[in-house]
Amino acid sequence: MNGAADLPLWLALPVALLLLAGAGLALVGSIGLMRLRGFYDRVHAPAVVSTLGIGCVLLASMLYFSVLQTRFVLHELLIIVFVVVTTPVTLMLLTRAALYRDRRENSDEVPPLPED
Amino acid sequence: MRRLLPYPLLGLSLLLLWMLLQDSASPAALLLGAVLALAGCRVLVALRLPPTGPRGLAALASLRRLRALVALLGDVAVEVVRSNNAVARIILRVPGAREGRSGFVHVPLDMRNPYGLAALACILTATPGTVWVDYDEAESIMLLHVLDMIDEEQWVRIVKDKWERQLMDLFE
Repeated sequence: MNGAADLPLWLALPVALLLLAGAGLALVGSIGLMRLRGFYDRVHAPAVVSTLGIGCVLLASMLYFSVLQTRFVLHELLIIVFVVVTTPVTLMLLTRAALYRDRRENSDEVPPLPED
Repeated sequence: MRRLLPYPLLGLSLLLLWMLLQDSASPAALLLGAVLALAGCRVLVALRLPPTGPRGLAALASLRRLRALVALLGDVAVEVVRSNNAVARIILRVPGAREGRSGFVHVPLDMRNPYGLAALACILTATPGTVWVDYDEAESIMLLHVLDMIDEEQWVRIVKDKWERQLMDLFE
């Protein structure tokens, strides 16, 4: 289904802006992966994409298809929920693996295990 | 009733999830969703999750808690937008400009409820700029990595005042 050509302006504008913002944030996240130094800094960059970046794109999708099909299209909400719940788990797994390894190698970058 | 539907809130969420996935509220979707919801609750019973605490997740259904939950979700949304902006600025900073430093912060927590801690971990990691790294169960100290370390005290205060208090209201 392609109705993009005869989309009214009031809808086309916000959809386009949201898509651009989402794409821009995804770009910023990728640049961050490249520019930030060290593993623990880099792990922050994907969070930009997985929260606001993906949120903007999905909001645009919801707007676009809701108006085009003249009913509420809401299953994008599910994508938001699943992404918000699953990305932190992955990020935490990665950081904990890195921390475990750095502590074994006695790296001075990470705080040591608390004494007991 | 309790045996048929041990987790009413979860069952309802599963039903809603199914209807959203199907994008329909037709009787067929409702019926199949209800069957799936019941099956999902059975699976959870078989998994024997740790108890949700004295008041439990089911107590979320009370109106006051529902309001607290909505307020919390609103706060998370605002914080996500704010910290996205902050992290984007750090990433796009001109090389050579004043370099902020990142670092680890130890945050002593008062919350013990495992579900509350899980929620705190998800919130902190989902907002850009902070990642939950480690948790020491014996001492109840959480290790947090922050991208923009202003000073340690301030981050401890942010975590405790902003998130822990709200989550303790909900979970404990």
